[in-house]
Amino acid sequence: MTVAMREVGAGPALPRLALVGAGTLGLLWAAYYLYALQQPLFGAVLLAIACGFAVIYGANRFYGARFIFPGVAAVLTFIALPIGFTIYLGFTNYSSFNLLDFERATEVLLSRGAADPATEQPFAVVPEGEQYRIWLPDSGLLSAPVPLTGPASVALTPAAAPATLLAARDAIRLRDGLQALTLTTPDGLAIVNSGLRTFASVTPEYTRASDQILRRSSDGASLTADHSTGFYVAADGTQVPPGWRVGIGWGNFQKVFQSEGIRAPLLSIFLWTLFFAGTSVVLTFALGLALAVILQWEHLRFKAIYRILLILPYAVPAFISILVFRGLFNQNFGEINLILEAVFGIRPSWFSDGGLARTMIIIVNCWLGYPYMMLLAMGFLQGVPEDHKKAAALEGASSARVFFTITLPQIIPPFLPLLIASFAFNFNNLVLILLLTTGGPDIPGTIIPAGRTDILASFTYRMAFDDSGTQFGLAGAITLMIFVVVAAMSYANFVLMRRGSARRSGH
Amino acid sequence: MIVERPADLRRKKILAHGFMIFFLCVIMFPFLSVISISFREGNFTTGELIPRNPTLEHWYLAFGQTYTRADGTVVMPPYPVLLWMWNSIKIGVIAGVGVLAVATISAYAFSRIRIRGKAALLDSLFLIQMFPTTLALVAIYAIFDALGEVSPVLGLDSHVALILIYLSGVTLHIWTIKGYFDGVDTALDKAAAIDGATPWQTFRFIFLPLAVPIMSVVFVLAFIGFINDYPIASVLIRSESQMTLAVGSRLYLNEFRYLWGDFAAAAILSGLPITVVFLIAQRYLVSGLGDGAVKG
Repeated sequence: MTVAMREVGAGPALPRLALVGAGTLGLLWAAYYLYALQQPLFGAVLLAIACGFAVIYGANRFYGARFIFPGVAAVLTFIALPIGFTIYLGFTNYSSFNLLDFERATEVLLSRGAADPATEQPFAVVPEGEQYRIWLPDSGLLSAPVPLTGPASVALTPAAAPATLLAARDAIRLRDGLQALTLTTPDGLAIVNSGLRTFASVTPEYTRASDQILRRSSDGASLTADHSTGFYVAADGTQVPPGWRVGIGWGNFQKVFQSEGIRAPLLSIFLWTLFFAGTSVVLTFALGLALAVILQWEHLRFKAIYRILLILPYAVPAFISILVFRGLFNQNFGEINLILEAVFGIRPSWFSDGGLARTMIIIVNCWLGYPYMMLLAMGFLQGVPEDHKKAAALEGASSARVFFTITLPQIIPPFLPLLIASFAFNFNNLVLILLLTTGGPDIPGTIIPAGRTDILASFTYRMAFDDSGTQFGLAGAITLMIFVVVAAMSYANFVLMRRGSARRSGH
Repeated sequence: MIVERPADLRRKKILAHGFMIFFLCVIMFPFLSVISISFREGNFTTGELIPRNPTLEHWYLAFGQTYTRADGTVVMPPYPVLLWMWNSIKIGVIAGVGVLAVATISAYAFSRIRIRGKAALLDSLFLIQMFPTTLALVAIYAIFDALGEVSPVLGLDSHVALILIYLSGVTLHIWTIKGYFDGVDTALDKAAAIDGATPWQTFRFIFLPLAVPIMSVVFVLAFIGFINDYPIASVLIRSESQMTLAVGSRLYLNEFRYLWGDFAAAAILSGLPITVVFLIAQRYLVSGLGDGAVKG
C-alpha cells in the first residue's frame, strides 16, 4: 500500500488512476471470492475497504485522507471489527457444542452410520505385489486388487481361500486405506470397514426427511431443527449434538447473573482485578519515584551504573522474566524457597495457597513495572524548578517536607494520565497471569474454572481457550462487561489529557 | 543546593548507596540464579549459586545440538529454540516495519494536513487505543478459524494472520510520532510549500528524514511489544514449528515435564539480544515514552 501511495501522491493522474483501478478490482475480486465461499462478513469488510480505497485515492478532493486511510483501515479492521464481533458472539451460544453452522452440523449428522449386525463378518487382507485383496471367509468372497491409498470401491467375487493372509497386526497398519474402502457383494450390497476386524453394511443413522427435519433410522423418530437453541431436537425434547451457532439474546448474561456458580467467582475475580491493578500502580509508582529521587540527588556517585542496572528488569523481555519467576517460586525446586528454608526454615506454597499466590503476583509485577515508572519520574522531576525547592529549603523546610509540598504536587498532574494507562494495562495484564499462575489455585465449587489469581481477562481467556471447555459465547458476554470498565478508564484518561493540554496551551 | 554539614552529608551518602546496593542485590537475584542454573547439572537439582560441577549440557541443547554426557548417554534438544527465535524475529521485524510505515504517514497527516473531521478522528483513535486487542481474542480466533477455510495462509497457525493482527498496534505509535511532528517548526513546511512541494513531497523529503530518531524508537518499542506478546500468539499458533519464543518457552515449565535447566539456558540465549538492543536504545526510548503519552 505504501508503494502504491508513493506513485499516487507524486505521479501524474493517468497512471495513478490505473493503479487505483487495478487495486480496487483486486480488492473487489477478493471480496467476491470470500462471499462465494460463504464468508459474507469478510466479503463485506473487503468490499468496504475496496470502496474506501477507490474513493479516497481516486478522487482528488480527498488528498489529505490518503495519508490516514491505511492507519484508519487497519484500526477499523483489526480493532473495531474484532471488538464488535466479540460483542456479537456474546449474544450467541458459540461453544464447543455449537461450533459449526447449520449446514455443516446437518452434514455431520447425515454422515453418521450404524453397522448392520446381520451383515457383519470378519475379514483378512491378502497381499498381492503393491496391492491388496480383501478376503471375507464367512461368505467366501474375494475382492479385486486395490492399492489402499485413498477412497476406492471394488467388487467382490466368490473365490477359494487364498494361501497367504496378512497378520492382523499388519492389517491394522492399513487402517486408513481400509476405512476409505467400499466393497460391493455380488447381490449389490455395499459393505464397509465397520470395526478393527469386521466389514458390514452400514445404514445411515439419520436420513433427511425435509429441509428442517431428520429421521432417525433406529426408531423412526423425527428430529426437528430448533433454531432458538441451535440443536436438532427429538419429540421428547432431547438434543442431538453437534449443534450450530445461533443468537440467544441475553441468555449468556442471564447465566452470568443468575447462576451462583458463575456470579460468585466473577465478583471475587472482579474485586481482585481492581485490587491487583490498583496495588500494582501504587507500588510501582512509589518505588519508581523513590528511586528516581535518589538517582537525581546531586551528591550521588555512580549514577550511570545504578541507572543501567535498575532498568534491567524492564529491558529483559517480560515473558522470560515471568517464566523465570515461575521457576524461582516453585515450591520444591525453586531457589526462593531454598533460601527461605535456609534462613527462616519455612517453605511457603506459592502456587497452591490463594493469598500467597496473590502476593507473589504483586511482587513479580512490582519487579517488572518499577523501571518504567522510574524512567518517567526522572523525566518529570527534571521539570520541577530548582528555585522552588531552594526557596522552601531556605525557609527551613526539611527535605521530606520539600518533596511532599513542592515536588510531588508538581509531578502528579502530568503523571496522572500515565498512571491511568498503567492501571488499564494491569487491568488486562494477561501475560503475567497466564505465564505465572494460569489463574490458579482454583476456587472450589465453581461451574467454570476460576482461580484465586485470575483477573477478568485471564478468566475469559481460560473460559474460551482452556482444554476443559470452549465457551466462546459466554466469554464474549463477560468481555463485553470488561469493555464497559475499559471504556470508563479510557474516557477518564481522555478527559484528563484534554484538561492537561488545555492547561499547557493556556500558559 | 543548601550547604549541609559534612557529617550529615556523609551519613546520607552511605545511606543512599547502602539502599541502592541492597535493592540491586534483590533485583539482580533472578538474573544471577538463572545464569547459575543454566550451568548446573540436571533439571531439578537445587544447589549453590556457583555450580559445583558446571556443565554445558543445557547450552548445547539450547543451540539445538545433541549433548553426550560423561556416561555416554546422548541427550536430544527438547525444543527448537533457534527456530522459535527466528519466528519471533521475523514476525517482529515485518510487523514492526508495517506499523512504522502506517504510523509515520498517519502521524504526519494528523499533525500537518487539514482533513475534515480530524479532531474527532484523533479523539476516537485515542479512545480506541485503550482497548487492547487481547480483549477481542475470541473474535480473532473465530475470524481466523473461518478465514483458514478460505486459505490456510490466512488461517490459524499462520504467521500472516499474526502479523495482520499486530498491525492493529498502530494507534499508540501514531500518537508518539505525531507528538514529535507537532514539535517540528512550521516554518519548514511553509518554506517547502512556497517552493511548490506537494504535501507528499514535504513528507517524503522533509519530515521523513527528520523523523528517523523517533522512528527508530517506535520500531524498537513495537518490535519488543510483538516479541513479548503471549495471548494473541498462543491463541493463533498451535503447532510447535510455527511457535514464537513467548509461546514456546512456556512448554519448558510444564508440570509433567519440568526442564528448569534447559529453560534457563534457552532464556538467556533468547533474552540477551533483545535486552542488549533495549539497553542501547534506552536513552532515546525514554524521551519517546514521555512524548507520545504527554503531548496532546
